[in-house]
Amino acid sequence: MARPITITVNGDKHSLEVEPRLLLVHFIRERLRLTGTHIGCDTTHCGACTVLLDGVPVKSCTVLAVQADGRQVTTVESLAVGGLHPIQEGFKQEHGLQCGFCTPGMMMSSFALLQEKPDPTEDEIRWALSGNICRCTGYMNIVKSVRYAAQKMKAAAAVPVEAGARS
Amino acid sequence: MAIDTPPKGFIGESIKRKEDDRFIRGKGNYLDDISLPGMLHMSILRSPFAHARIRSINTKPAEAVPGVVAVVTGALLEQHKLAWMPTLSGDTQAVLATDKVRYQGQEVACVIANDPYVARDAAQLIDVDYEVLKAVVDPYQALKPGAPLIRDEKKDQKDNHIYHWEAGDKAATEAAFKKADKVVSLETFYPRCHPSPLETCGIVADINPATGQATLYMTSQAPHAHRTLFALVAGLPEEKIRIISPDLGGGFGNKVPIYPGYVVATAASLLLGHPVKWIEDRSENLISTGFARDFHMQGELAVNKDGKFLGLRVKMLSDNGAFYADAQPSKFRAGLFHIVTGSYDLPAAHVETDGAYTNKAPGGVAFRCSFRVTEASYLIERLVESAAVELKMDPAEIRLKNFIQPEQFPYKSATGFEYDSGDYPRALKLALEKIGYEQLRKEQAEKRKRGELMGIGVASFTEVVGAGHGTEYDIAGLRMFDSAELRVHPTGKAILKLGVKSQGQGHETTFAQIVAEELGIPASDVEVQEGDTDNTPYGLGTYASRSTPVGGAATAMVSRKLRDKAKKIAAHLLEASEADIEFDHGKFFVKGAPSKSKTIQDVAFAAYTNLPEGMEAGLEGVTYYDPPNMTFPFGTYVVVVDIDRGTGQVKVRRMVAVDDCGVRINPMIVEGQIHGGLTEGFGIAFMELITFDEQGNCIGSNFTDYLLPTSWETPRFETFETVTPSPHHPIGAKGVGESATVGSPAAYVNAVIDAVGHLGITNIDMPVSSDKVWTALQEKGAAE
Repeated sequence: MARPITITVNGDKHSLEVEPRLLLVHFIRERLRLTGTHIGCDTTHCGACTVLLDGVPVKSCTVLAVQADGRQVTTVESLAVGGLHPIQEGFKQEHGLQCGFCTPGMMMSSFALLQEKPDPTEDEIRWALSGNICRCTGYMNIVKSVRYAAQKMKAAAAVPVEAGARS
Repeated sequence: MAIDTPPKGFIGESIKRKEDDRFIRGKGNYLDDISLPGMLHMSILRSPFAHARIRSINTKPAEAVPGVVAVVTGALLEQHKLAWMPTLSGDTQAVLATDKVRYQGQEVACVIANDPYVARDAAQLIDVDYEVLKAVVDPYQALKPGAPLIRDEKKDQKDNHIYHWEAGDKAATEAAFKKADKVVSLETFYPRCHPSPLETCGIVADINPATGQATLYMTSQAPHAHRTLFALVAGLPEEKIRIISPDLGGGFGNKVPIYPGYVVATAASLLLGHPVKWIEDRSENLISTGFARDFHMQGELAVNKDGKFLGLRVKMLSDNGAFYADAQPSKFRAGLFHIVTGSYDLPAAHVETDGAYTNKAPGGVAFRCSFRVTEASYLIERLVESAAVELKMDPAEIRLKNFIQPEQFPYKSATGFEYDSGDYPRALKLALEKIGYEQLRKEQAEKRKRGELMGIGVASFTEVVGAGHGTEYDIAGLRMFDSAELRVHPTGKAILKLGVKSQGQGHETTFAQIVAEELGIPASDVEVQEGDTDNTPYGLGTYASRSTPVGGAATAMVSRKLRDKAKKIAAHLLEASEADIEFDHGKFFVKGAPSKSKTIQDVAFAAYTNLPEGMEAGLEGVTYYDPPNMTFPFGTYVVVVDIDRGTGQVKVRRMVAVDDCGVRINPMIVEGQIHGGLTEGFGIAFMELITFDEQGNCIGSNFTDYLLPTSWETPRFETFETVTPSPHHPIGAKGVGESATVGSPAAYVNAVIDAVGHLGITNIDMPVSSDKVWTALQEKGAAE
């Protein structure tokens, strides 16, 4: 039996009827056609389907759409506002991607990490991303990408203070 | 002060990748992102047994499910002569089983429905009556008299033996062994592993019932070859088939074969008049699609007391699963395994290989390697380690003593290859210097006194990549050339179309850089297209590190073809003789007067607006490049490990990689490829394993059991280079995608053996997991 749910995805409210067994990842990909979130393993191991649910990273292949009823979902499509997000910029500048399939999930996990820890160490980055598998890069450049983003976000956050000091 | 100009992207510049912009925005276009109007979904019912006769299949319960459009069985396919298909190694493979199932996970029936969830539900309702037969999972058992016959449908097949193949000189090798002071032997098993690209395989088959036009969106590393094979197998007219391989989420060899799911989805679209989509789940990918390795190897090295190698003898048994479906050049039954003489000047060598059928999934693909080169490299590098241990020589010293020397190139190997170029001592010495080898040996000696286990592993690999030449190397008869088509538009911007297909290697950037180097058009102005057979020239595809050696060479050659024409136009514009025109990175000028010049953009415009009398308009061309020889990348990897005696856990403390892939087009991308390969090599050495129980149940059917390296356990790599150009490649490049997967497993395992060899432990087969190490230590009374 289909059930009505309302999920806010990237700020837009979507009220739809779904089967209770519909996975959140299929809701995002098939019902909303936001195909940046990928499916790599179906069993919560690879992290290609990582999205934020009320700001917390979850693997959307193991969350039912009905469980997200009334909640906020954030996907890769929301990262670039105007220009690229520093995380996206970091992945490009530091060659943090090759085939690109793990990249959206990897960036969403990185986003959550940087919200919690704006200046993470290498070990903290590696631990936070250990639920996201990359088969191409060997992770070294992904770590660099996240460090790049952290630096850039720190600098951006510091700008208003500096501007104020100068005046 | 110099003005900061954007980089042109010439060869040697680490420009950022052009393809990244869509991927970082979540705007890639992968197979599962494709959705067509009226599209149906397919789900496959697979065999739960490794070996069983099919008594009957009742599809009625599935057909009764609302939303189900059709159920396809082998019997239905048989009516269209599609129940079996040819493999890439000249065998046959069941598309859907009709008589027997021969491995767990084999395709039995397919449900087509209007919703993927419905298709999956209905597939489980199909009732198959099986008579379970005894399964054979060990290739040695499979070859014993009285073993259950797996391929009983083949008329002349009386046992489970597939092929026997030899390379090298048997008599000369026997003579070398008679002369030798010592014979070092090693029996080792390179276990079954799986490429596991993060994106699984899939297809959207769209056959237009009105026109007969077949558009097949496929996860394909070789779209052109696949189109021809589809034409031959399904009897579809080739001009009506268009294969589009979209963005691929990795491949590593897994997307080279044609899988039954592709064929059934295409047949279903033809029969039903709707597009049909099939996307594997991860378990399907692991249990049924192209695995890798599964080689049982016995190597013997004839050596003199001073450590000089005299000969090499190898016997190898390959476990090919239920169908001999290895993706490899047709003349070579065990791929290029005969590169097993590696980096060493071995006067005599002989290789004997046999293949056996077992009740396991078919399709030995070259998982990030050039057709069994990985197994070969592993065996020789492990064998050299054994020789060092037995002769009590340093593993670096014994290698230096036996390397092919730089002045010996081109070098004819005992098994028939002609190595193009190399400087093996230089790469090894650089690796030793970078890791601080002597100091580490001192540290190891001190630790050993205290009972601590530390090991230093060395591997000096040589690969053979970049197939053809086409007379020697072909896939199903198709010569292994490759192609490039280049068109320069009037505004000086260009489009380059290739027969190869990127799976993440960065072709859109790398190949644009070759055009930039050869024609002077900035890489940012060169659009690279691949994967659409209607829109690109014929090529054999991307695998076996052949894109740069073959497709890259074609790109350089077609650029030069255009440059020759451009020179004539420049002469016309500059009112000079063609013989007096010189070219340098995008500028044509009169010899001795560089101020009088025309840019490639000026010339491109003139090619459409102001031509010399009698010249055809336009600036475009196509080149089909058949390489004169393969290329031979090489390098040395050195690994330092520490082993916990209490748990058997191996910790990789350092990994220094020196790679020589000839000229590096984009060093950033090259290094990224090496990082990836070193990580996959690490996974294979320590974690990844597809194994089977006695009944043939696949253990390793999901990522809980099949372990891939994560960011947490993957080592940090220190990468370095030497550059020895290939003399026969137009820009001196050799290819790099696979070097690190080929070379690194032996380095990791040699490090472990170096740590425990003094205890009498001579071999631990991969994956070298903690339990195996601890058990080996325990047996020697050395575990804590």
